Amino acid sequence: MAPERTPLSPVPQASEGDEAGAAQLPVRRDAERMRELLPAIEPERRLNDWGRSERIEGLLDRTMIEFFYRYWFRCDVEGIENVPAEGGALLVSNHSGALPPDAGMIAKAIREEHSRPRPLNITVEHFFKGYPGFSMLIPKVGCVAAHPANVHRLLYDERQLVLVFPEGRKGTEKLFKERYRLRRFGRGGFVEAAMRAEAQLVPVCVVGAEESMPVFAQANLLRRMTGLLYFPITPTFPWLGPLGMLGYLPAKFRIRFLEPIDTVQMGPDPASDKGLVQTVAQEIRARIQENLHEMVGERRSVWLG
Amino acid sequence: MAGVSQKDAPITEDESPAPAHRARRVLVTGLSTYWGGRLAQALESHPEVEAIIGVDNRDPTRELTRTEFVKVSNQHSLIQRIVIAAEIDTVVDSRLVVDSVTTAPRLAHENNVIGTMNILAACTGRDSPVKNFIFKSSAHYYGCEQDDPAFFTEDMRRPHPPRTRIERDIVEAETAVSEFADRSPHVTATVLRFSNVLGPHLLTSHARMFSLPLVPMVLGFDPRYQFVHEDDVVRALEHAAFNRLPGTYNVAADGVLALSEVIGLLGKRPLPVLPPWGTGALAAPLRRLGFRIPDEMVNQLRFGRGLDNRKLKATGFTYGYTSREAVIRFGEHLRLHPVLRGSEREFTYEKEVEEFLRWSPHVRRTDRGTEEPFGI
Repeated sequence: MAPERTPLSPVPQASEGDEAGAAQLPVRRDAERMRELLPAIEPERRLNDWGRSERIEGLLDRTMIEFFYRYWFRCDVEGIENVPAEGGALLVSNHSGALPPDAGMIAKAIREEHSRPRPLNITVEHFFKGYPGFSMLIPKVGCVAAHPANVHRLLYDERQLVLVFPEGRKGTEKLFKERYRLRRFGRGGFVEAAMRAEAQLVPVCVVGAEESMPVFAQANLLRRMTGLLYFPITPTFPWLGPLGMLGYLPAKFRIRFLEPIDTVQMGPDPASDKGLVQTVAQEIRARIQENLHEMVGERRSVWLG
Repeated sequence: MAGVSQKDAPITEDESPAPAHRARRVLVTGLSTYWGGRLAQALESHPEVEAIIGVDNRDPTRELTRTEFVKVSNQHSLIQRIVIAAEIDTVVDSRLVVDSVTTAPRLAHENNVIGTMNILAACTGRDSPVKNFIFKSSAHYYGCEQDDPAFFTEDMRRPHPPRTRIERDIVEAETAVSEFADRSPHVTATVLRFSNVLGPHLLTSHARMFSLPLVPMVLGFDPRYQFVHEDDVVRALEHAAFNRLPGTYNVAADGVLALSEVIGLLGKRPLPVLPPWGTGALAAPLRRLGFRIPDEMVNQLRFGRGLDNRKLKATGFTYGYTSREAVIRFGEHLRLHPVLRGSEREFTYEKEVEEFLRWSPHVRRTDRGTEEPFGI
């Protein structure tokens, strides 16, 4: 019962593609012009147009994220130079943990290690917009609904960094015994979005998140009763109540950013080639899986790295 | 090949808007609504507009100097006669009801769907002089849903069929307009979708909500809101009348605010009392208590809405206010309102007086273009 999504706004190329070569230049100028027309930032405001609040984000960063990043998970970061310093880029990562710690750690890694840190927009399920509490908090800390139009605007018009978990909830639902086995990468929608937005694709591997919150079982009846996406049984949840969602074990984190894939070099309008989209999606999945195996193989201890 | 050359012709026109498209003889429908009146006042200040004719089934509510008012219901044959007789080149349809508490549902349907149909019928026909048709629509066209994009662009449709009556009516009216545009290629049809309007002179459901000492919110939700100042609405209608803008345009000021931010800017306190589940069911008893919450507002209070306003800006339109500034202005009005209440002169339309002023040979007419009517 996947809801019918609104169609993605057509990129100028697609609609005016009559004269293929000649149309290229004015279209580029068009995109620049549309970027100039984006609303100016009002410095008096504490929120941006997406609802992101620097104040709340900073507060969370100084308290929880800082503690987890530095002392609890002791994150090691490799290949941070693979995150482009400018232009739109779509980061693609593996996903795990009932309340996934990976997104926050990746955002923090970019803030801490990158020479030109930029805010990271984390795509989340539409579910969160409809759930009280989450709906209020999630946009404030830099999460946006994973709507293709949102991703396109962020990548193409605002030229920002976007993080996507193509496994989606299939990744966070999976049990401890299935750790580091990547699920299906959706329908390749994320590749299409990056191609349309002429953005780079940066695969990201996270090791440690699976052990930080092992999910032993999924309680389907309780899930239906609470209306949540899933109802995991972890060492601390639901025993310690909602706070148990934060009961991470101190596994050692390693985050590896892989070499970016440039979608601009794939010829004109690669997004319309479904075969190419699927090939690129599988290629990215294979690279992440391969690197995950390598990283898990190198790891001597789950807790010490 | 004939098809190709036909297709080429409007494109060249597109690049250099011919002066022929500028509105000279304008018909404003819904003259007695706030928007119709404001627009007619604005048009009166342009000396190059030869004729401004307003139709409505009620008397005008704003003072006008040279606009001619014809009291007529939404009968297409009568309106068509006016259109042809006065050689109207631009029709601005500003009648649309977008707030379901201001009008009874049946009347709103009559006005929004049947009325639009009749106005469109009055503008069709081989010998129709109409070249521009401007339709004031609403962002309620998009609705507010959980799986909406953060910024609607004009080519997006709503993800789910409309749930409330007023939204259904708006979608139906817009469908009629787009069919009209397809049928009549010689007419430039412009649809302007306005986001929530805020301003000192307009009493909407949101304005009423914001004037409460404690502003109710749905518990656990902080929806995104985008506003447009009332002056910008009039300017956008004017802009559409004087430029050739085929297609649909979102009209919403820069900046999308969170509801909590809006309440902060107004200097009020939030009151998160509406339950997150069953908000719609609670609206019914609250309505009986006198809190008139329109159906279409319930989802907006949960999910909010943002619009991409760049298409209209690309045509050269600039907004006078950002969303934030519109809210601040509105806050100033709320604080001033108790002081100024009752001091503003009410305008009542007297048919005989207006006709005397317009037609009597004894009235000395100065240059109308620069004359400002009283009371603005």
